[in-house]
Amino acid sequence: MARKNECIAMLLAGGQGSRLGILTKRIAKPAVPFGGKYRIIDFPLSNCVNSGIHTVGVLTQYQPLELNDYIGNGEPWDLDRANGGVHILSPYQQIEGTEWYKGTANAIYQNINFIDKYDPEYVAILSGDHIYKMDYADMLAYHKEKDAACTIAMLEVDWSEASRFGLMIVNDDGTIQEFEEKPPEPHSNKASMGVYIFTWKKLRQYLIDDEANPKSSNDFGKDVIPAMHEAGETMVAYPFKGYWRDVGTIDSLWMANMDLISPETEIDLDDPGWKIYARSPSAPPQYISNRARVRNSLIAEGCEIEGDVDFSVLFANVVVEDGAVIRDSIIMPGSVIKKNAVVEYSIVAENAIIDEYARVGAREQDCAEGEWGITVIGENVEIKEKEIVPAKSMIAKEEA
Amino acid sequence: MRAKNVLGIIHAQGYGPQAHTELTAVRTFASVPYGGRYRMIDFPLSNMVNAGITQVGIITESNFQSLVDHVGSGRPWDLARKREGMFILPPYNTSSAITDHGTRLSSLYSISDFLGKARQEYVLITDTNTIYNIDYKDLFKFHTEKEADVTIVYKHGKAPAIQGLMMFAIGDDKRINEISVSNGNDGGIETNYSFNIILMRKSLLEYLVRSAIAHNATSFERDVIQANLPTLKIYGYPITGYSAIIDSLKTYYKANIDLLDPENRKLLFDPKKPVDTKICDNVPAKYGLDAKVSNSLIADGCVIEGEVENSILFRDVKIERGAIVKNSILMQGTVVGNHTTLNAVITDKNAVITSNKNLSGDESYPIYIAKSATV
Repeated sequence: MARKNECIAMLLAGGQGSRLGILTKRIAKPAVPFGGKYRIIDFPLSNCVNSGIHTVGVLTQYQPLELNDYIGNGEPWDLDRANGGVHILSPYQQIEGTEWYKGTANAIYQNINFIDKYDPEYVAILSGDHIYKMDYADMLAYHKEKDAACTIAMLEVDWSEASRFGLMIVNDDGTIQEFEEKPPEPHSNKASMGVYIFTWKKLRQYLIDDEANPKSSNDFGKDVIPAMHEAGETMVAYPFKGYWRDVGTIDSLWMANMDLISPETEIDLDDPGWKIYARSPSAPPQYISNRARVRNSLIAEGCEIEGDVDFSVLFANVVVEDGAVIRDSIIMPGSVIKKNAVVEYSIVAENAIIDEYARVGAREQDCAEGEWGITVIGENVEIKEKEIVPAKSMIAKEEA
Repeated sequence: MRAKNVLGIIHAQGYGPQAHTELTAVRTFASVPYGGRYRMIDFPLSNMVNAGITQVGIITESNFQSLVDHVGSGRPWDLARKREGMFILPPYNTSSAITDHGTRLSSLYSISDFLGKARQEYVLITDTNTIYNIDYKDLFKFHTEKEADVTIVYKHGKAPAIQGLMMFAIGDDKRINEISVSNGNDGGIETNYSFNIILMRKSLLEYLVRSAIAHNATSFERDVIQANLPTLKIYGYPITGYSAIIDSLKTYYKANIDLLDPENRKLLFDPKKPVDTKICDNVPAKYGLDAKVSNSLIADGCVIEGEVENSILFRDVKIERGAIVKNSILMQGTVVGNHTTLNAVITDKNAVITSNKNLSGDESYPIYIAKSATV
């Protein structure tokens, strides 16, 4: 048995993220690049470390290769530890046979042994889909104060958007009266952030019961939490204030990147007291030539810029040649924008090539009504010379 | 010769008067920041690792706190190993009579135990006031083919004025026929001068150092290399690609500004021979609404609201609105206030130039602002 941990975290990173289309064709959603040098999973991982949680199980299933490679021994997050640290937990073969993770609850169920090894009082269940900075230690203190079986982090969202979220109706004492899953007519604007803390002894039993129930879909939101609620367990909502974004769609991913550039940004990645860690490449500083014009942008190391870059996020080792224009776009590592090419309102994935005079994406005012949207160029795609890729298109590399 | 069979030795500090510049007042030469995100030691260390060397000793004398902080356990170079890896060799680590690292010779003598224990047959010794990216494997091949006793990497050109610098007359077969050792006053002459990258059998080094010490010798260049020229086969291996020796603020300034030339960058930062360095968790550089940047190298963590031209900005440099920075090298954490103008200035780490100042040096005599100073 390992040394006892008061609280460990289990990070659900198996989601396919199908709404991100070709961006998650080869990688799991938590591995999607974000903000010039990060991947989505860096946010919950860094939050764990900054909150003092040093044992993290990362549950992977869909396209785990790149994510496994990225997390490695956990060193970039200081999670390469003798006691605890980060562990990749993929479905494995057992005496009774091999089973995929059937649902989020089943994924935790299959790793009960892993959790028991640390003999924790509490387990945080996190998802790898959100951009936010949060001190889980504060939430744990709240959980203990309320003597809860389950605490769910909650954020007040705009009423107009409330129907997109899993909502909670909360009593004055902080306990949860009722759950509403993406209701067409919401009765609350208190959304669940996908961050849970459970008292492990309780959760353990509910997971075993849930597994024994053949009708269950083995999902936290659909099965385990309603079961706990029905049984009268103390369920509380932990109010969180601050920046939190679901980046599960192309539009929200683009928007959250743009939030980083905004002068009024609500998320400070440069906070020495709450660093966001990432596995960084070893590249020389970026070079901005005397023909370049760079404004309102985030640019990572190794970039070579000779063209115009405005309101954009450029990841490491991007090349922007002379006369090329990049506006309101996200360019992922290693992509090359050749001479006089124009990229607007687009997400260009890793190692793509936009050849000379090509035009990718368009501004809203240049499109007919209903035809505008973010353009996505998949990884390793080459857009040929003078080719025009209209707004809202999604171009993937053809399979050889 | 296999790289695994070569032990790397790096002198973290320089020797002689030229080793003492403003930049080394607070640190070893090895930890002098260079090129926007590197430290001088990254070059020899990365070159060694890229060639396949698995054990490196770093000889330190004093002021090595920043060096230890930078290299850590050696992980960025994959030298944090259970077997072999990276070793810091501080002074006073042996019980022998000479334990300080006062000279190049005495420092090599004081690491006798480390040399003796290492299983490698060869030793490659380098300095840290040099910038280059060469493939040591080619050097190993050259050494073997020539059946050399000693191979020294040299450069042809105008020699810097460094006391103790070896200068060579070299035959067509690359054998060194004559060695002169500079007294520090003969800079500028066109010659072949040493880059102090020296390869030989470890047993030969141990023998030469021991007998020089036994004869009360003090100079590695004169008493170990020059004195043994008649009896040893000493060859010169010409350096290729971009290279520079730093012996003053002026040469430091030039070696940095040289990186604004894409050709030099391509030679020095060849992706096949990457230069690795300590990873810091900085955010990508942020360019504001009024940022105007031209012909400059910018590291992660910078926030630029003003104008930057022909300059090198290390990590976390802040250029406030209205500030104009030209031909300057600003080390990590420098802040340039509103409407301040800088020209040909080198700022050391965490320097603050407050608002509405105007500092102008010259390329031949850049202004230096000390670490953590406020102007």
